[in-house]
Amino acid sequence: MKVELQVNGTRRVLDVEPRMTLVDCLREKLDLNGVHTGCEHGICGACTVLIDGEPARACLMFAVQADGYAITTVESLAPAPGELSVIQDAFCETHGTQCGFCTPGMLLVAHALLKRNPEPTRADIVEAISGNICRCTGYGQIVEAIALAARRLAGSNLGTEGG
Amino acid sequence: MKAAPFDYVRPATVEAACARLAADADAVIIAGGQTLVPMMAMRLARPSCLVDIARLAELQGIRDDGDAIVIGAATRQVTAAESATVAAKAPLLAAALPFVGHAATRTRGTVGGSVANADPAAEIALVLTTLRGSIMLREPAGSRRVAADAFFVGPMVTAATQGSCVTAIHFPVWQTGRIGVGFEEISARRSDFALVAAAAQVALDASGRCTACALGIGGACAVPCRVDSAGEALVGSVMSDKEIIDAARAGADALDIMSSPHASDAYRRRAAATLGARALTRARDQAARHGLPA
Repeated sequence: MKVELQVNGTRRVLDVEPRMTLVDCLREKLDLNGVHTGCEHGICGACTVLIDGEPARACLMFAVQADGYAITTVESLAPAPGELSVIQDAFCETHGTQCGFCTPGMLLVAHALLKRNPEPTRADIVEAISGNICRCTGYGQIVEAIALAARRLAGSNLGTEGG
Repeated sequence: MKAAPFDYVRPATVEAACARLAADADAVIIAGGQTLVPMMAMRLARPSCLVDIARLAELQGIRDDGDAIVIGAATRQVTAAESATVAAKAPLLAAALPFVGHAATRTRGTVGGSVANADPAAEIALVLTTLRGSIMLREPAGSRRVAADAFFVGPMVTAATQGSCVTAIHFPVWQTGRIGVGFEEISARRSDFALVAAAAQVALDASGRCTACALGIGGACAVPCRVDSAGEALVGSVMSDKEIIDAARAGADALDIMSSPHASDAYRRRAAATLGARALTRARDQAARHGLPA
């Protein structure tokens, strides 16, 4: 089936089987391997992408359902190759990355949170990442990273677009 | 690819969707797919065809009908959670929505999908039962409105017939008194399935006496249960702590509770009494803080 996706700002027309999930489509057809395949039934959050700017599970959606939507993956967060976004940099600085498996999902929910709520409380941050499992249990540093990124974005003139 | 092969169609109208379902007994509706897709990944569900209703305009939107808030079946849970109309007129639903899945599933999951799925632990179904709401169904023979009490038949089983589609959900609006709500839930992890959930809505008169009271318990029984005995016991009272605890306990004692490896029936009964009392207390306190409606 033909499906048209706006992936990280680029229009992509693909031919997919209806049973291909969005996460498999992004990884296998578009080589966007930053979208991680974890539990594949909606529990872990590793496959989180933004659909029209809102976090969603790419394993809980078939690619055909996403026809016409704007998909944002972790690959689009950095402003240029070799650089890091403010949120990514904060994850590095606070050691919020650990093994890295949950990181793309964590970064995207953090990105969506700070766009909607530039001054989140600790409770807001915890709620925002509550659907994403870090098997290293590095939640403390992840919460710290998002709080640090929020402070830096608030103090910069980038706004969350640069987040 | 984990799911078994299937066809995918995106009909332009509810009528066309129903026709597709009527023509193929193994075709199923998909809206948000937040329950169906994992079922398909585990091959617990192997539909021949997915009929996608998520984008149908006639199934979208939140409308204030005066005596009810009417939510189109394919309205996303996040849309309801952010709706000022829901917050003002269906506060019990607003209180329950943060407990529905995770933020990243509420962006795709729909209000009608949760109801049609009829999971005994589902929060939206619990609110609907507690408030004596109803479900609009489009069936091959025409449309009909089904009361929540008649709609939920058993775990994942509803009164919807083959080839039918849930089109809207009616959440009743209470017209008089100072209204307060409470929603409480116990689950193993944040936003996991409720082992037990309690929903309460209370109306107080100017003197603080209870004029209306509804308590519902979810997760504990095969279907969401309204505890009418608690409501009847508390109407006319000032809802003292003791009256609330006694009413919630008596209500929980009368429930036909399920046991599962996750929680015994004895635990669920105790939790139902405790959460029911907490939800009623929260509802009472919230109502007491409100001024009378103009």
